[in-house]
Amino acid sequence: MANAATITPKIVEVVSPRRRIVMGIIFLVFAAIIFLVFFPNTAGNLTTSFGLTPGGITRGVVGSWVVQSKLTLGIVGGLTLLLALYQLVRGFGKRTNTVLGLVSLFFLFTFLVFAAKGKSVNVGGLISSSLSLAVPIILGSYSGILCERSGIINIGIEGMMLMGAMVGALVGSLAQSAWVGLLGAIASSMLLALVLAWLSIKYKINQIITGTVINIFATGMTSFISAKFLQTNEALNMTPMFGRVPIPLLADIPLIGPILFNNNLFIYGTIIVCIVLQISLFSTRWGLRLRSVGEHPKAADTLGINVIRTRYMGTLLGGMVAGFGGAYFTIGSVGRFDEMMTAGKGFIGLAAMIFGNWNPIGSFGAGMLFGFADAFGSKLSILGSIVPPQFMAMLPYIITMVVLAGLIGRGHAPAAEGTPYEKE
Amino acid sequence: MSEEPSQKQTEKQDVGKSVLNELTPQANKKSGKRRSTGQALLIPALAVFSGLVLGAILIILTDLQVYAAFKQSFGAGILEAFKTVGTAYGALLRSAFGDPARIIAALQGGDALEIRRAFNPFLESLVVSTPYIFAGLAVAVGFRAGVFNIGVEGQLFIGAVAATFVGYSLKGLPAIIHLPLAILAGALGGALWGFIPGWLKAKTGAHEVINTIMLNWIAFRLTDWLLAGPMQRPTSGGMPITPEVEASAMMPKFFASPIRFHLGFFIALLVAWLMWFLLFKTTWGFNLRTVGANPNAAKYGGMNVLVSTVAAMSISGALAGLAGANQVLGVTHSLAMGLSSGYGYDSIALALLGNSSPLGVVLASLLFGFLRNGATQMMVATQIPIDIISIIQAFIIVFIAAPALIRAIFRIKEVKAVENVFVRGWGGK
Repeated sequence: MANAATITPKIVEVVSPRRRIVMGIIFLVFAAIIFLVFFPNTAGNLTTSFGLTPGGITRGVVGSWVVQSKLTLGIVGGLTLLLALYQLVRGFGKRTNTVLGLVSLFFLFTFLVFAAKGKSVNVGGLISSSLSLAVPIILGSYSGILCERSGIINIGIEGMMLMGAMVGALVGSLAQSAWVGLLGAIASSMLLALVLAWLSIKYKINQIITGTVINIFATGMTSFISAKFLQTNEALNMTPMFGRVPIPLLADIPLIGPILFNNNLFIYGTIIVCIVLQISLFSTRWGLRLRSVGEHPKAADTLGINVIRTRYMGTLLGGMVAGFGGAYFTIGSVGRFDEMMTAGKGFIGLAAMIFGNWNPIGSFGAGMLFGFADAFGSKLSILGSIVPPQFMAMLPYIITMVVLAGLIGRGHAPAAEGTPYEKE
Repeated sequence: MSEEPSQKQTEKQDVGKSVLNELTPQANKKSGKRRSTGQALLIPALAVFSGLVLGAILIILTDLQVYAAFKQSFGAGILEAFKTVGTAYGALLRSAFGDPARIIAALQGGDALEIRRAFNPFLESLVVSTPYIFAGLAVAVGFRAGVFNIGVEGQLFIGAVAATFVGYSLKGLPAIIHLPLAILAGALGGALWGFIPGWLKAKTGAHEVINTIMLNWIAFRLTDWLLAGPMQRPTSGGMPITPEVEASAMMPKFFASPIRFHLGFFIALLVAWLMWFLLFKTTWGFNLRTVGANPNAAKYGGMNVLVSTVAAMSISGALAGLAGANQVLGVTHSLAMGLSSGYGYDSIALALLGNSSPLGVVLASLLFGFLRNGATQMMVATQIPIDIISIIQAFIIVFIAAPALIRAIFRIKEVKAVENVFVRGWGGK
């Protein structure tokens, strides 16, 4: 139970012998699958061709990368096996998680080589679509980080994004301007954040219940407006969108240019928010104050920080980011609102926040991983693979549960989260 | 309401005494108790009332005819506003309880089909209420044991999958065996889905709110896959729907078509009674509630907190699974993704509204069932989207969870009452 008076530092167990063995066995399983499933089922003369440029782009184009399927499987499988054996015998110690990432990457790569043997797969397009699928997840996680670092649990991210998406479409259509739509989306979402903050701070309602209320309200309200107005009058549901804006020079860089620097406002925005948030949370006075309010409000108050105001600010900024993420669904990708169109992305954002350990860069990585799982799932169904796309879509949730259970090193939630602050 | 003050109090007081205070209402002073009981009923009633008023305001604000009338004159606008709300809520009431004029006419006419049709709205509301009772009880049991089961939706789907599978795959069984078996399968499926987060919480301390949210989505994807693959109806032509359950696994109906009223309603009432008995009349229930009220005190008193948590989550899941089984076996007879109209989130409102007591949950479920069934017909009659119900529910939860808001609106004096700790945050430990 969160008790503001004592803070017990959590020791992240990364070097316990039992964990070393467990990880070693996981690595070994990966290597075994590569050698026992992928390798024997691949004919020796086949090649896998990796396209490296997303489709529909003419700048920074590079040729495809063709590999010998069986040879590549053998080499990468062998490397995985070596890593597994080293982990079992000696252990990578503190670098275990990095190696886990590497091994997962190897496994994914071999899986692609195997699944697309004798065919070609557009990796550039895959990464590009992962990025666009990851944008709402990452922004959702940032909304969560801003709220939770200040001590307010926000499980209403999904509702805020849904509201942002609807209002963005509606206001954008009314004003015939994507920018005005974006402002409307952010304003509506901040309004919900204000309600969250107000109910949690002033009335001290349980924050999980408040978040749930926001989800129920946003679901009801957006569906209500959609059924009442947007579906009966199509002119209200045709918002202009933000198009692709290639960044001069950078877009011409081969490989990364077309993937990173040939996108719309939202993707640049996400990257900017990531950098700004990381720096301001961990290297500025503002960030230190925000975090101190989330960790130990009493101490922060003693030092003259206004806990209540800081919490309002954190939550409102969180709402702002969620609104930006919500607008992406309508103004940034399809230009119209459909009921329930966020489809749980806000909850995956919550998952990414936890997986990223309440840390902007970590959450960016987690969001990218989840976006990749999504993009990969739909790619697989095109390649006709044995793994159903639904199972790929489950991956983010399962990974989050594994992280929460402490298998990959437990995260550290802000200590005073969910506890209303009362001045004595 | 907030955990901080209550925790401080209990830490200062003698631990055993505080447990006694929290668990034995007799220990409270008589007069104080009577007043707080009065308010315990008053606040939910006012919360529902306020929710309906806010819903009415929303209906008025989104009605273009009202604006047109206001343009003519202020009086005409007010009149039109009242007329709009009157038509809407009138349609809601008529389709929730049935139209008295039609019932009388039907009884006088004596046509059996017409009589059934006239009484159908009322019985249909009971049909709609049934899954709410199960789902509300699921959340309520969790609240009593200090866990927040936000995963009712997922458990409901897994329960429905299990019940459907038993329902259509076993053939040739007599109904007296087949139906209980299918219901049991539903409960077990839900229990499994509730057991996982409970076990994870007991074993690793992982917060059940996040795990149940994650399990919800895993359940959706799993059901999605099952419906499109292994459990797809061969003749569905690619539609994601399961085969229809055998007639022997369907809940028996009491009346002929179009009345869908089935045994499930009475099973729900029985289960509610059972939960009341378990929670309030057995040692096991006492332990569970003690763990919910104050885990530290429970531990101190020698109760096994971990086992209680796992048991509470499993039972909660089983109740959610029953909701799924009830819908499949009683109403839809086959499983499709549209099975749940958001029971999982509504159930949180129900448990709050019913103050986590089985009787309260049943009453709250009836209210929600009548509201939702009424709103379905209201949508047909007045083009007001059914989603208005979700909005009203959101308001009701806010008002129930923040009694201070209701007190401020209606200027009610505060009565010191024992407030439940519903759930604890996941920061720290």
